[in-house]
Amino acid sequence: MNYSWDWSVFFKPAVTGEGLYGVLLFDGVLWTLSLSLLSWCLALVLGTLTGIARVSDNPLMRWSSAVYVHCFRNTPLLVQLFLWYFVLPELLPVQWGDYIKQMNPTWNQFLSVVLCLTLYTTAGVAEQVRTGLESIAGGQANAAKAIGLGVWGTHRFVLLPQAFRIVLPSLTSDFMNVFKNSAAALAIGLMELTGQSRQISEFSGHPFESFIAATLIYMTITYLVVVFMRRLEHKMSVPGQMTAGVAH
Amino acid sequence: MIEVKDVTKHYGSFQVLSNCSTVIERGEVVVICGPSGSGKSTLIKTLNGLERITSGDIVVEGVSLTHKKTDFAKLRSRIGMVFQSFELFPHLSVIENLTLGQMRVLKRSKQESIERGVGYLQKVGLAAHRDKYPGQLSGGQQQRVAIARALTMDPVAMLFDEPTSALDPEMVGEVLDVMVKLADDGMTMVCVTHEMGFARKVSDRVIFMDQGRIIEDCTTEGFFGDVQNRSPRAQEFLAQILTH
Amino acid sequence: MNYEFDWGGIVPALPYLAQGMQTTLILVVVGMTLGISLGCVLAILRIFAPKPIAKLAAGYVNFFRSMPLILTIFWMFFLMPIVLRAITGNPYLSVGAMYSAIVALVLAESAYYCEIIRAGINSVRSGQMAAGKAIGMTTLQCLRWVVLPQALKNMTPALINQSIGLLKDTSLVYVISLNDFLGAAGQMGLRNGQLVEFYLFSAAVYLVICSAGVALVNHLQKKNKQAF
Repeated sequence: MNYSWDWSVFFKPAVTGEGLYGVLLFDGVLWTLSLSLLSWCLALVLGTLTGIARVSDNPLMRWSSAVYVHCFRNTPLLVQLFLWYFVLPELLPVQWGDYIKQMNPTWNQFLSVVLCLTLYTTAGVAEQVRTGLESIAGGQANAAKAIGLGVWGTHRFVLLPQAFRIVLPSLTSDFMNVFKNSAAALAIGLMELTGQSRQISEFSGHPFESFIAATLIYMTITYLVVVFMRRLEHKMSVPGQMTAGVAH
Repeated sequence: MIEVKDVTKHYGSFQVLSNCSTVIERGEVVVICGPSGSGKSTLIKTLNGLERITSGDIVVEGVSLTHKKTDFAKLRSRIGMVFQSFELFPHLSVIENLTLGQMRVLKRSKQESIERGVGYLQKVGLAAHRDKYPGQLSGGQQQRVAIARALTMDPVAMLFDEPTSALDPEMVGEVLDVMVKLADDGMTMVCVTHEMGFARKVSDRVIFMDQGRIIEDCTTEGFFGDVQNRSPRAQEFLAQILTH
Repeated sequence: MNYEFDWGGIVPALPYLAQGMQTTLILVVVGMTLGISLGCVLAILRIFAPKPIAKLAAGYVNFFRSMPLILTIFWMFFLMPIVLRAITGNPYLSVGAMYSAIVALVLAESAYYCEIIRAGINSVRSGQMAAGKAIGMTTLQCLRWVVLPQALKNMTPALINQSIGLLKDTSLVYVISLNDFLGAAGQMGLRNGQLVEFYLFSAAVYLVICSAGVALVNHLQKKNKQAF
């Protein structure tokens, strides 16, 4: 093959003068990690609340959360991102819209991606939490109420601990997906890991090295996620309990 | 025609079968009985290679199962097997269950397969149900279809692995009747069963197993009639079974 | 809100959008058929092949499931031509966005389809395989006539779910400037200065199609409850 391999390319300065290629790649990794972890943490909280709403007795809560989940799971992630980034500023009141447009572009992009990724992942987490809650026998809620726990107490001390243990295995793939979905940020110009690897491949003329590096980093991230979740599963496991999960 | 020579089988470190040896002659009806976990189901499954053995040899009609070049599929087409859970193919109708093996393995024509299939269905008394699906039949009916399915392959011997254990008591009789008829027709049969009445009536020999070993291997009259000469374990077993 | 919606531009743009939709549908259909076929092969290798080959198949699945699809698309778009030029010795060989996209989608989706099919095969009672073997069928014959027909019925809802995911994933070909439905909508929106309307419209269209798919899955799952 007529290709000159050069793994030291990561130590060479970029032709654009932005720094070493390796540093650029590292910047990309930082963006990927911050986007993903922030969105995941927010999505866990919001997703749990939405999941609880999905199984609530209140028909309005049930219905509105169902509509939310359905809409956000059945449109492509990229479309949602474009809606938040391009469309939302136009639809807001003039002052807010102007403020967004004058914001530091990188922050604008970052916030759009976090907003999009959080809401998208929330829908997925909500479905998992719903599945977990639904597979708990109805008697559990009754038993909790019988000892005097209110709605919040019932969920916090009885239902959610069980639900999470049940769906932890499937939450693993949702967690992994957050990292993979963060790559969509490059479509609006935020140079996370995938975007950086493409830029580096174009500027340095060494596409194989840069894409292989990005691939290895993603594989490491997903491996760490799996290890982390398995440890968590192990730590939280209760003898004799079964697990289930939403099919993906 | 089936020789079991010093067969041993391990599941990991657990020994399921230990030094089992016996010979089953053509036309014999042999019943294997014993307590749960004695390895009787495992032993019968080794006879057609559905379970592999760790050491020893099994020779069926001159074909050794431990030989590297043994064509297991071909061997299994010559021995019929009936399972405790019937295992009819639920996505196929009754007649399709009977013709699948004939057409795909024995390469018979569709016409011939259907004719033979219907013939065996009549033999087990279920010809009217040929186009039904297994889900529409009772347990006893499904098991009789399963027997017919095994017979359509024209086997030289039939293996039964607890054929009536999963049936409601009212249906046990109809299946045993079919098996008695088969025995009368001279089929070589090996049955793992708890039905001692059937064993006494039909079988020529009884093999009693416990903890992976063959403890007793004698004639039926000897097993049931000459109890005091049997081993203590067998006497215990008989005492428990026969009081019911 | 100070935005004046102007939906008038959408109807005249429909022919152009239809072309984009055609690209999307081609990607989905080809992705589905080749993806499920390759997924089937991988699943059978993972379950029945000797250990080294099964491990290779497992490695393939894990590899494509740990990378973002965008990165896979870049791999095929930027790197596949280089490799093909080296193999065929033709320095002017170009692959183009469409073929790169198809290859990327098929390879990545087949990993997910493989896992669904594997679960489907494992969900068929093990006794069925034994029963098939007991009448003398080889492993492949058992798979073909006994196990796979039942497995396919069980896994159809999951396969369709994954295909809905595939439909959503096709929008990612935006990153290699391939004109699928989303790309066409964006182009029209830019040209007319009606980005808002066109993006909202495309979101609605995707939502409708995916909703239809979900409804189909729910219908099938209800039907399946009455089957085996």
